Amino acid sequence: MKNNEDKKSIQDKLATIKYNCDSKTHLIVDQKKCAKCKDKPCLTVCPAKVYSLDENTNEIVVQYENCLECGACRLFCPKGAIDWNYPSSGCGVIFKNS
Amino acid sequence: MDINYNTDVIVVGAGPCGVSAALEVARGGKKVVLIDRAKYAGSKNMYGGAIYKTALQEIFQEDFETLPYERIINSHSWAFLTDTGSCSITFQDETNSEAYAIKRFNLEKWMIEIAKKKGVYFAPNTLVKKLIQKDGYVVGVETELEEYYAPIVILADGVNSLLAKELNLREKYQPKDVILSVKETIKLDKKTIEERFNLKEDLTNGVTKMYLGNPKDTNAIFMMGFLYTFKDTLMLGVGANLADLAKNKLNINDLLEYLKNHNDIKPLIKDGQILEYSAHLIPETGYNKMPKLTDNGVIIAGDAAGFINSVHFEGTNYALISGKLAGKTALSALENSNYSQGFLSLYKKELDKSFILKDLYTYRNIIDRLYDRRSSIMNYYPYKIKEFFEIVTSANCKSKSVQFRNYLLSFLKDRNLKELVKDGFAAFRCVLDIFFGR
Repeated sequence: MKNNEDKKSIQDKLATIKYNCDSKTHLIVDQKKCAKCKDKPCLTVCPAKVYSLDENTNEIVVQYENCLECGACRLFCPKGAIDWNYPSSGCGVIFKNS
Repeated sequence: MDINYNTDVIVVGAGPCGVSAALEVARGGKKVVLIDRAKYAGSKNMYGGAIYKTALQEIFQEDFETLPYERIINSHSWAFLTDTGSCSITFQDETNSEAYAIKRFNLEKWMIEIAKKKGVYFAPNTLVKKLIQKDGYVVGVETELEEYYAPIVILADGVNSLLAKELNLREKYQPKDVILSVKETIKLDKKTIEERFNLKEDLTNGVTKMYLGNPKDTNAIFMMGFLYTFKDTLMLGVGANLADLAKNKLNINDLLEYLKNHNDIKPLIKDGQILEYSAHLIPETGYNKMPKLTDNGVIIAGDAAGFINSVHFEGTNYALISGKLAGKTALSALENSNYSQGFLSLYKKELDKSFILKDLYTYRNIIDRLYDRRSSIMNYYPYKIKEFFEIVTSANCKSKSVQFRNYLLSFLKDRNLKELVKDGFAAFRCVLDIFFGR
């Protein structure tokens, strides 16, 4: 996409959002399944860039604190490796202006 | 069954559907607990930006007058985008006042205040962990802190409905079944918005724009951009089919940035500050992948049941009315002390009589037909429209007849006849679907 010279990063956008951070993750990935996954669409498709790859261990790192709770990863993960739950009561994203 | 019920009905999820269901039960004089996982109902929700009057009036009656909306939306445009320009059509009329721009946080807050006044017991900050079942019946819910028991549980827990999944009411959703949408709330002064969109100061008019078209250098992505004017913010977002995003390893934020930098949109949002970024899924399962709508002691409604007509951007009205019908069914069940799947199937009959299942039936294949032709719709026709209007508008001192003839012939040269016939056939069948719908 050529005319994206002023592209705003997702990180900048996430900074606009309020969260009440949960003490534990609501997204549990099965690293064994991830290891066998060639495509790893989670690394690119998640709108909050929750998933990244630890280059030393080759494991998926889950920044659940940034999750927008859309549920996309639950559906697109080709290995069904994501155990997707809601954050605990009252925790997670707080959209005030959407 | 030997159970100590502590309420008559439990509703899970306090969006438009859940509130409407709970309100209906309370109006019928029964006890209802409305549970929501968020600290503030509405704070997990996101939509394009407008809620519709007819359904709101039906549910909230005289209280509708107090809706704290930001603008009435009475100008609607649809634009085909190419990378460098657009072709659009606008419908606007001062008497058109069906759509009201309001943020979800404010909408849900308003709805819940009304529901509480009518006797709904509201339990926010409460995540339902699982359903409680006994002898093949759903008899309650288990939250993090306590258990609630009721003979009827209404699931209004949204597109990701983990509870419907728990009961196997729905087929497993595939990425192709959903649209992933992201949106930016962009802050601008009220006056700037009014100048840019030619709006009145008194908030009685507002604009929505829909954008169809792909960035030229991507594969075909089934996507649509949207823009809504609020009081002192603009809502700019985009939705795209999740399977297309996953297949192309594309982040939807890139599509949003494409729109933000498009010649048509960039001047509209100039100097705006991003106030919030949000994301949500939209179910496109429709009639063909409709869940089992009831089971013993349980009814499913709203987004959780996939009640959306994305061709017309309708969803909140489906949520409100299906919630009401779920509540109405619960009241009949309580009156007859019959909570079986057989009795609750009354709900399906009510839905069949309403616009909800009529429209879902009419549009049952339309999204699939459009999706199959997405490369034509998104990457081909916007450019053919551009070529056509270039001939119409350019005084280039060449024979018009030759140009128009060449233009018509170009359809045969650009791509094979088979594709053209398929496009025409799909369009024809969409028209037939609507004409011979319910």
